[in-house]
Amino acid sequence: MTDVSTRSGTERGLAVELSDLTRVYGAVKALDGLTLHLAPGELVALLGPSGCGKTTALRILAGLDQPTSGSVSVGGKDLTKVPANKRDMGMVFQAYSLFPHMTVIDNVAFGLKLRGSDGSSRRTRAGDMLDLVGLGQHADRYAHQLSGGQQQRVALARALAIEPSVLLLDEPLSALDAKVRVQLRDEIRRVQLEVGTTTLFVTHDQEEALAVADRVGVMNAGRLEQLAPPAELYSAPATQFVGEFVGLSNRLPATVQGGTASVLGRDVPALDGSTSGSGVALVRPEALSVVADAAGPATVTTVQFLGPLSRVTCTLADGSDVVAQLASSDALRLTPGDAVRLEVEPSPVLVVAG
Amino acid sequence: MRHSSGFRAFRAIGLLVFAAYFFIPLLAMFDFSTQVRGSAEGRTWDNWAFMVTDEDLRSSIVASLLLAVFTVVLMVVLLVPTMVWVRLRVPRARALIEFLCLLPLTIPALVIVVGITNVYSWVTYLLGDSALVLTFAYVVLVLPYSYRAIDASLSGIDAATLSEAARSLGAGWFTVIVRIIMPNITGGILGAAFIAVALVLGEYVFASLLHFDTLPVAMAALYKSNGPAAMAAALASMILVAVLLVGLTFLSRDRHKQGASS
Repeated sequence: MTDVSTRSGTERGLAVELSDLTRVYGAVKALDGLTLHLAPGELVALLGPSGCGKTTALRILAGLDQPTSGSVSVGGKDLTKVPANKRDMGMVFQAYSLFPHMTVIDNVAFGLKLRGSDGSSRRTRAGDMLDLVGLGQHADRYAHQLSGGQQQRVALARALAIEPSVLLLDEPLSALDAKVRVQLRDEIRRVQLEVGTTTLFVTHDQEEALAVADRVGVMNAGRLEQLAPPAELYSAPATQFVGEFVGLSNRLPATVQGGTASVLGRDVPALDGSTSGSGVALVRPEALSVVADAAGPATVTTVQFLGPLSRVTCTLADGSDVVAQLASSDALRLTPGDAVRLEVEPSPVLVVAG
Repeated sequence: MRHSSGFRAFRAIGLLVFAAYFFIPLLAMFDFSTQVRGSAEGRTWDNWAFMVTDEDLRSSIVASLLLAVFTVVLMVVLLVPTMVWVRLRVPRARALIEFLCLLPLTIPALVIVVGITNVYSWVTYLLGDSALVLTFAYVVLVLPYSYRAIDASLSGIDAATLSEAARSLGAGWFTVIVRIIMPNITGGILGAAFIAVALVLGEYVFASLLHFDTLPVAMAALYKSNGPAAMAAALASMILVAVLLVGLTFLSRDRHKQGASS
């Protein structure tokens, strides 16, 4: 993760402001008062389940959809009524969107041609953009001669060639296989830092969002539940939805009193927004440790080896399952059927109503 | 896959039968159109030359060819943007547009002609009595076939994403349609154009009942006075359509090689 205030690269992005956006399709409210601010040069990821409104928000920012109410401004200029082709935004789509009848370099140069750039400078700029995404040697190929990952890299080069004020990425990696997805994800971040364009990245893949974004906004039912840097979002979820949607969480009985939650017999700080009295604590698997104890109240059910880490599932006396994530060297000492004791790390937890 | 000799023989005989079925009448037409009149021996190209030397026949050929060109142009200009617009912006209207475009197929040409006779008296009054005013009627006549060809082609591309990508890069709707969508549905447009040309070159009912001298009308009249010359003209128009079909096939193939889907 990169701190917005200390990010390197050419800072030529503009601030983006989505204010109280609402979008209604018939009886469905796709956006319900979304307000979002992107600092110049910042990469914000919108994360959420299907139908939460994240793509609608991006399409409204792109000008490909109109809000029912609310406004969009970029660099202080109101763009709410400005058509998509006048917004100066580069976009990479989920579906492969290269123009099939054009070569790779013609695709990248298309936006420059529309801006009246002359032939040689257009070709030079398009070539530079292709070099930036590592595809300079594929300039004369057609889209169908490229792999999915290459096509999306060309689409990224095409979007950046016009030097957009804002870069919009609409789940650009979802059609790719896992390995290419990770490579391209890192490449998008590298390129974005290099060019410094303000970027909105929409994804339903939390690992992707947490890995590339300066800040991640979690959306649910057309609303922004929380907007925070990835580490904060993970360690201090503001709502039950965020706590359960981002990462794995165990639901353990807890009692909150005076900012302290008692979980599995241990007192830990309760996060702001926690309920008071009895509730359910959302505890990350890595915040639990499993200690072999013949008199322990839990029993190991499974030990799942994941390389350096392992997941250990234990069943409590009340029959509920709890998942702990341990170093494999510790986890492999445990076997299913072992009696164990679970301990909670003293990191803050969110306690929600049960 | 290897086939047995019995299957290969059956296939060869089948091909021969079909070839005979299609080509014997054409060869008979060619034979008839090149025979010397009377009992004299030998061959003559006079009936073929008649297409150029006879003023009426020549002007009807020119009129039909121009009609074909104008019909294709007007059909493409009207249909392609409409279909793209409906697909991208008002998909709910797609069923209605399809219904309207297919309607001429269900109404007999004779009924349409009777229906538009009065309209055409105004059209000829305003635009003159050239056969080219038939363009308007012919565009309606070719709509069902052209719609199908272009619709199939549009379904083969992701028009929504391509147009959104182009718009995000700064393209207006005209640029989207002409420079992004049309090059990717060339196969469909060529198919629609070919069908339109074939229909226009063979259309008789509209032209005859509205009293315009197009090639089919002139051929029908000529057949009564000079059968071999009419036969030569008929064969020539068939050859022209066949050449267009072959050209279309090669053009489509070339575009596929380039990478454009169609």
